Amino acid sequence: MSRVIEVENLTRTFGHFKAVDNISFTVEKGEIFGFLGANGAGKTTAIKMLTGILEPTSGRGKVAGFDIITERNKLKFKIGYMSQKFSLYEDLTLKENIGFYGGIYGLRKREIAERTKKMIVRLQLGNIENTLISEIPLGWKQKIAFSVATLHHPDIVFLDEPTSGVDPITRRQFWNLIYQAADKGITVFVTTHYMDEAEYCDRISMMVRGKIAAMGTLDELLLKHTAKDMDEVFLKLARD
Amino acid sequence: MRTFLAFIKKEFKHIFRDKRTLLILFGMPIVQVLLFGFAITTEIKDGKMAVLDLAKNRMSQQYISKITSSGYFILEENLKNYSQIEKSFKRGTIKIALVIPEKFAENLGNNNSSIVQVIADASDPNMANMLTSYLSGISNSFAIENRLVPKIPIKIESKMLYNTENKSVFMFVPGVMTIILMLVSAMMTSITVAREKEIGTMEILLVSPLKPAIIIIGKVLPYLVLSLINAFTILMLGFLVFGMPMEGSRILLFLEILLFIVTSLSLGILISTIAQTQQTAMMMSLMGLMLPTILLSGFIFPIESMPRILQILSNVIPAKWFIIIIKSIMLKGVGIRVVWKETLILTGTSLLFILMTIKKFKIRME
Amino acid sequence: MIEIKNISKSYKEVKALDNISLNIEEGRLFGLIGPDGAGKTTLFRILTTLLIPNRGTATLMNLDTVTDYKKIRRQIGYMPGRFSLYTDLSVQENLEFFAKVFNTTIESNFEMIRDIYVLLEPFKKRKARDLSGGMKQKLALCCALIHKPKILFLDEPTFGVDPVSRKEFWDNLKKLQKTDNITTVVSTPYMDEAALCNEVALIQKGKILAVDTPGNISKRFTHKLFEIKTNNNYKALLLLRKMDGINSAFMFGNSIHLTLNNSKKVTQLSTELTANSFKFSIKNIEPNIEDTFMELMQKE
Repeated sequence: MSRVIEVENLTRTFGHFKAVDNISFTVEKGEIFGFLGANGAGKTTAIKMLTGILEPTSGRGKVAGFDIITERNKLKFKIGYMSQKFSLYEDLTLKENIGFYGGIYGLRKREIAERTKKMIVRLQLGNIENTLISEIPLGWKQKIAFSVATLHHPDIVFLDEPTSGVDPITRRQFWNLIYQAADKGITVFVTTHYMDEAEYCDRISMMVRGKIAAMGTLDELLLKHTAKDMDEVFLKLARD
Repeated sequence: MRTFLAFIKKEFKHIFRDKRTLLILFGMPIVQVLLFGFAITTEIKDGKMAVLDLAKNRMSQQYISKITSSGYFILEENLKNYSQIEKSFKRGTIKIALVIPEKFAENLGNNNSSIVQVIADASDPNMANMLTSYLSGISNSFAIENRLVPKIPIKIESKMLYNTENKSVFMFVPGVMTIILMLVSAMMTSITVAREKEIGTMEILLVSPLKPAIIIIGKVLPYLVLSLINAFTILMLGFLVFGMPMEGSRILLFLEILLFIVTSLSLGILISTIAQTQQTAMMMSLMGLMLPTILLSGFIFPIESMPRILQILSNVIPAKWFIIIIKSIMLKGVGIRVVWKETLILTGTSLLFILMTIKKFKIRME
Repeated sequence: MIEIKNISKSYKEVKALDNISLNIEEGRLFGLIGPDGAGKTTLFRILTTLLIPNRGTATLMNLDTVTDYKKIRRQIGYMPGRFSLYTDLSVQENLEFFAKVFNTTIESNFEMIRDIYVLLEPFKKRKARDLSGGMKQKLALCCALIHKPKILFLDEPTFGVDPVSRKEFWDNLKKLQKTDNITTVVSTPYMDEAALCNEVALIQKGKILAVDTPGNISKRFTHKLFEIKTNNNYKALLLLRKMDGINSAFMFGNSIHLTLNNSKKVTQLSTELTANSFKFSIKNIEPNIEDTFMELMQKE
């Protein structure tokens, strides 16, 4: 197995505040990696560094084989990103949105058309290619946003609280998409506040005040912290 | 009352903690007055002039030196005959030519209004206009000083008469004040109300027992105070830096300024009842208020020279009436008896806006 | 305390609320559970007198939300969705302001907010914008409580907040309910928070799916529920979905929750899983609120 993320001693400070404090970890290809932590624990800062938006104060890292400091531009073609706030353009149709994002990643027209077709079949969306995004129900939008974020077949996709506020059935359908992507070898890096979703991940890391306080498979974490579920692990770690 | 005071206190805190607001509130008036006063004046200095003096006597010499000493004209050439005038214009050495007739001194005594002939280079119409009117102003005061005319010829009696020095900064001080008051009162208030809608605190305020009137007055009052401070700053700059005259009643001036602030504030609140976000509030006040005010109030472009349709349109711009009032009070020194009509128009507009606001202000959401 | 009768509300063509009726008793901690877009916020705005329904009536303390809105506004506390306080004012200034808006002082009602205020006190001078998510939530709650409201409306107070802060927030609500007998209506998209309420209404697409105590609501689940743990849940789920006789199969944390059609036996299922070389364990469990919600959703 090859490593998609390799991070060593990554640190980022804002003034005197250490938002991310010397973290090191690796993520394997095709893994679903849960990245948990309380609000303000440093998750967002870490993700920004991994996606090449923010320069680390010290330390180094490679994502999808590219250096996150020196090769950010190449790196960006190999990653996908979707956040709770990331929304498609509401005033464009589904097709126009896909055309736009496909264009950003340099896909050819034929490729875009082909992948759009596949995506609509996969999501069982029916005939909505020319529907404005604003007229599409919320649950679908989230699924579409995910598919658009993976349209250019990235090596890794970063999901920042992708399912906040979504109903339980749609959430599970969303996770099905995540599994499908992982099955195809796309690495998934996901943050969530739903602890049951954390349990869906192959491996979970937990950030507390800028540091990674725990990392491992669900069973390892439960055993180590003598907890019955992830909720308990989270409470135990974040309260220390 | 305690509730109300708390509201006002909070409002001032918002203002003083936001550097951008502070900058707009206090930096902008000063910068604008100085900018307009010093840099962008449409005033013309050293207009190149040729004189064909056919009278050649003491009176015509005095007249010429009065003109050249004004600072607006430089005597470029002394001409000998009419044919030289055209040549000089063609060479481009002069912008204006003055012909003093043989019977200059006699004519002055005879109540004759067209004493001198002025030829201006109309390829630059603005400049030509300006120079001609400067010249007529100077001629006018020359006639009065020499007491050669018992009555001032009506034809020359123009606005220029009351602004004998022709200093355009006097025109800009009222103009800048109008714009700033509009900006602070209308734009800033509409933005702060929209801001509360955006962050969601408006929901809490509406659900609280606060009366809508308290919310509105609480929002408006701080900006009224700030607008007054601004008006004061601008006037002070006008007096101290540019030597602006103050001919009329100070109390009347204060009351008229207050009236215009109320007009602008009621407009701002009206906008905020419609706009849901700070961005819309800003766009509405900029496009809907600031632009028409700048373009149609007569501040930059004289209303008289606008197409008929725009002239009619300019009547609905409150700023137009305010500028007329301010100029009349400060430069002409007239009282309420002269500007009552304009004052009434502003009062009426304010009442209309306030009524519309009361009708539109929602105690609920949509 | 709160009576809602046949309320409907539409925005243009979208039906936000569709003929909703609810009764909430005094002193209850009532949960309105449902995803985004279910109509929770619309219902809150109608109850807090901010919106007028198209049809139906709602009364709070026997006061009508449309005609007696002034009286109601004096007696309720409201915390809108998302953080809605003045971010450029400090913690203390926000509290003082809201106290004065309701014509009261922090001191006169200190007992009620003490427990929460103690946590905020170290940050008294800090601007609200510089607070952490959990702290902001606590401050907003304090502000909504400052005038001793009889009814407290909290619209998604824990949305986007991490589990630790969420737990603390709920502890605070519990305490308030015990000591001050406040009627609290709280909405949330997190199903697990339902268990912390006295009574919950499940809401989806503008309709109430069920109203009951958290304990009883799971009894509406009509099937026998099984929990299956396997060595590869995703693959197992794909297989289960293709099998005959499976009524529903969903991922739940590290296991799969499964219901069977009447014809199907658990033993049959085990055989099939073994035949596909899965390692697994299977047991009968009690359904939770999320299971129930999902079943009710599918029936709709």
